[in-house]
Amino acid sequence: MGRKLLTEHINVEGIDTLEVYRKHGGYRSVEKALKTMTPDEVVEEVKKSGLRGRGGAGFPTGMKWSFLAKPEGVPRYLVCNADESEPGTFKDRQLMSKLPHLLIEGMITSSYALGANTSYIYIRGELLYVLRILEKAIAEAYAAGFLGKNILGSGYDLDLHVHPGGGAYICGEETALLESLEGKRGNPRNKPPFPAVQGLYARPTVVNNVESIAAVPVIVNEGGDEYAKIGVGRSTGTKLISACGHLNKPGIYEIELGLPVEEFIYSDEYCGGIWKGRDLKAVVAGGSSVPILPKELILKTAAGENRLMTYESLSDGGFVTGTMLGSGGFIAMDETTCIVRNTWNFSRFYHHESCGQCSPCREGTGWMEKVLHRLEHGHGHMEDIDLLVSVAKQIEGNTICPLGEAAAWPVAAAVRHFRHEFEWHVTHAKEAAQPGAVYRANGVLV
Amino acid sequence: MESTATKPQFSEAAQAEIARICKQYPEERRKSAMLPVLHIAQAEFGGWVSPEVQDLVAEVLGVKPIEVYEVSSFYTMFNLKPVGKHVLEICRTGPCMLRGSDELTAHLERITGAKVGGPASEDGLFTLKEVECLAACGFAPIVQVREKYYEQLDTPEAVDAMLTELRNQVHRPALPWEENGLPNAVANN
Repeated sequence: MGRKLLTEHINVEGIDTLEVYRKHGGYRSVEKALKTMTPDEVVEEVKKSGLRGRGGAGFPTGMKWSFLAKPEGVPRYLVCNADESEPGTFKDRQLMSKLPHLLIEGMITSSYALGANTSYIYIRGELLYVLRILEKAIAEAYAAGFLGKNILGSGYDLDLHVHPGGGAYICGEETALLESLEGKRGNPRNKPPFPAVQGLYARPTVVNNVESIAAVPVIVNEGGDEYAKIGVGRSTGTKLISACGHLNKPGIYEIELGLPVEEFIYSDEYCGGIWKGRDLKAVVAGGSSVPILPKELILKTAAGENRLMTYESLSDGGFVTGTMLGSGGFIAMDETTCIVRNTWNFSRFYHHESCGQCSPCREGTGWMEKVLHRLEHGHGHMEDIDLLVSVAKQIEGNTICPLGEAAAWPVAAAVRHFRHEFEWHVTHAKEAAQPGAVYRANGVLV
Repeated sequence: MESTATKPQFSEAAQAEIARICKQYPEERRKSAMLPVLHIAQAEFGGWVSPEVQDLVAEVLGVKPIEVYEVSSFYTMFNLKPVGKHVLEICRTGPCMLRGSDELTAHLERITGAKVGGPASEDGLFTLKEVECLAACGFAPIVQVREKYYEQLDTPEAVDAMLTELRNQVHRPALPWEENGLPNAVANN
């Protein structure tokens, strides 16, 4: 059994109340940080921990914090990105609804480290019921003196607010999120300037994922070095993996980074294998944006090493034979899954969610969706397959924000690893267009 | 002269909640309350935001109406046309599709008589809307109705239980600042 740094008490009755949360050691990091540490010492511990952004990009959190500009007399902000919208990812929703005080504790300790006196949790609008849970917990924290003026007599003031989105995947991109928090459309901003210099209301701002913030209390309590002992290499600590698709036991698992992928999929402690006794066909390991891998390549690297749940192991082989840990949105597909249909579905998602600012993304996502739709529905041509790759390439790197890449990568990877299946959709167009039709290596439909 | 007869007004409880929300942002950044206020407006005025309601939001926030229109049309949660008493938002994205969201949508169209993207069912009860990932993929397939998630709707029994619950809701559930939920709007498509 791996250690559970975030979710050890997640199923304790009443853990969403401040009283029970306190009984299980809650808010210790606030006391420790505010009473015995300087803000810079907190930043130092987070740097030592090796914690990497849990939203998907994996950028070292401590380093991000150290970029924050601190001009004299200018307020700065910490904004928590709770806009969890990457298909396959549902860890933050669970964490916030069951352990609201963990996020609040993390926000207080992190805000102290950054010198922010007002902080926001930007939560996707669909999760209004979680916003209610958080607001209730925040009221408890104010009443107990963990928020407001002169917290625990330290002289440090902090106000914390929750802000709902309105339904837009793009607001998970940090500058789109800030636009949205300012009451505007979620159009990503050109960078530079980066949020660390000009973020919310053009003030210096740090934006961190829920799970990153939630890891700060344990890092402060136990020390960055202790935290860094868990995991492998530059993948330190634990990670929440939200597992879905054709698994026997979909759900949220806190794993120690370094767990073999095979164990995660097949062991009863985790996903318990593929449902209905079927075989695994492919996995999207880190949310819908990361490259899909066929069974052989998700279980072992091209060099035959066991694939591990770490940033490095999952990306071993680059995009030719590897993928990314991403957000930890782990989507498993059984042998009856049509890759073309699934790719079309994801393309439709990105087309729908493109904000429309950059032509390559606005036009390219629609184009890919259209071509995939005709392939899936029996009207495709052989040239369409290379056309997809070409459109994907022209989006990549040519947009303001990474939604372009997020839309291009899944298409490019699906063609890379399952080209024969796309070809079959052209050569056997009629059969392929039947509902539920799936390519099989021996040519037999399921 | 501006007609006051049809001009919508927020209830007192909603006004107090809006005042509380506006305090969360710097005085000169009242526009930041745009999305939370639009959510309150949609809950107050029958599950959608008419142009008149959006004008009211603009007035409350001290911004131009266009600043509200451009936001309400960008975010998918705001309904810009009248809807049935209950808007069923069915997740259609990959992980839900793998666990049967296409079948769920077809099933819901059959039993409610409403069509995705079309007007409400004839009895005015249900509007069907397909949405993208709701971040509950491990509990797929999923439908969201207002603030509630209905999960694992992969059996007819689970779907029936959801629809029965909704049919029995005379009022929508009360929001934290309300004593009682409001009567559900009557669909007028």
